[in-house]
Amino acid sequence: MALDKKGIAQRIAQELRDGWYVNLGIGIPTLVANYIPEGIEVEFQSENGVLGMGPFPFEGEEDADLINAGKQTITTMKGASFFDSATSFAMIRGQHVQLTVLGAMEVSENGDIANWKIPGKMVKGMGGAMDLVASADNIIVAMMHSNRAGVSKLLKNCSLPLTGVACVKKVVTDLAVLEIKEGAFHLVERAPGVSVEEIQSKTEGSLIVNGEVPEMSL
Amino acid sequence: MNKVIKNVTEAVQGIEDNMTLMLGGFGLCGIPENSIAALVKMNVTGLTCISNNAGVDDFGLGLLLQNKQIKKMISSYVGENDEFERQMLSGELEVDLIPQGSLAERCRAGGAGIPAFFTPAGYGTEVAEGKEVRVFNGKPHILESALHADFAIVKAWKGDTDGNLVFKATARNFNPMMAMAGKITIAEVEELLPAGELNPNEIHTPGIFVQRIFKGEKFEKRIEQRTTRTK
Repeated sequence: MALDKKGIAQRIAQELRDGWYVNLGIGIPTLVANYIPEGIEVEFQSENGVLGMGPFPFEGEEDADLINAGKQTITTMKGASFFDSATSFAMIRGQHVQLTVLGAMEVSENGDIANWKIPGKMVKGMGGAMDLVASADNIIVAMMHSNRAGVSKLLKNCSLPLTGVACVKKVVTDLAVLEIKEGAFHLVERAPGVSVEEIQSKTEGSLIVNGEVPEMSL
Repeated sequence: MNKVIKNVTEAVQGIEDNMTLMLGGFGLCGIPENSIAALVKMNVTGLTCISNNAGVDDFGLGLLLQNKQIKKMISSYVGENDEFERQMLSGELEVDLIPQGSLAERCRAGGAGIPAFFTPAGYGTEVAEGKEVRVFNGKPHILESALHADFAIVKAWKGDTDGNLVFKATARNFNPMMAMAGKITIAEVEELLPAGELNPNEIHTPGIFVQRIFKGEKFEKRIEQRTTRTK
């Protein structure tokens, strides 16, 4: 069965390593914070200027001066710090953040990503996404395998305006975990009960399947 | 050096039609709401506004948009604002969207005497169109130029009569860089203290970057996305 959004977040959380600073984008990526594996310590960065982001506040304890990049009210953990936007993006471009997880509308087989603009329809802006994807060493895209119309989001070439070029290394969808290398998607894991054939049929870009593909363990 | 002015009306004096303004804030967090209200009252038009966001329909820079006072916006993210989208799609409003980190650094550069810099952000995208590309350490970068403003308007938590500023939590965001990049920088603060009351070790923006400081009359501090958990 295909994963739901929580399942995707849960699978991505398995990629976290002790001592990492992690930037989570809006949407599915935000949910990753709910599944930190036991025994490891990670700190979440939000590009509007906080390191050590904690959970949402209790009702009545919201602070208008304390929000995340999604403009949601948050709290901080012990050891948190605040900083200005230039310092925040110095952390990001300077590769001091070990992992970036973000959503996407399209990803191509060479690692291009599009997630900020639908010409003539949606023009909200890129926010920090272009800075994040241009610099991070380790980018995981969290998204559904197909869009609402049933069209594959894993493509030969992105059709939408790009956010970054050849930068995505890993994609976790409701159907699979895929690595991007040498100009192709490499199937690493399948969602429980999802067949290689189904993944193949829903992946427009080149898909490489090597031997038995294990199921994810969640 | 005393930078204190009487009130918001005095603060925005000298802002004229067709000027370029920088306005601090991220979303509705840390925006100079008193000064924005004064600009609405003043009815200056043809403004170019450099600000990460454009407010919401009825608050923040959205108020200047409703009043058609803005000619051009330079921002990184402008969702959450229907009037903005309408004016942009109809061509009434000129919009320059730039990556958030580049926006921050371009303001910082403007205040720091750096005319331009190379960044990897935006390479290979629409943002890079018409910009010089150069390869450093095997990776392509694009040339981005500094931003300046006739007036920078920032909001701080505490300030002193010398113009030194301290920000609270994530309300800091773009305020420190914009304070550096304004020919004249206006700071509205929640608490205005005599010089000497702020600990010099804990000042975020030194007073040299601030020309006018005043205590804001009222801060609504609207929350854009109220998210909570249950006890």
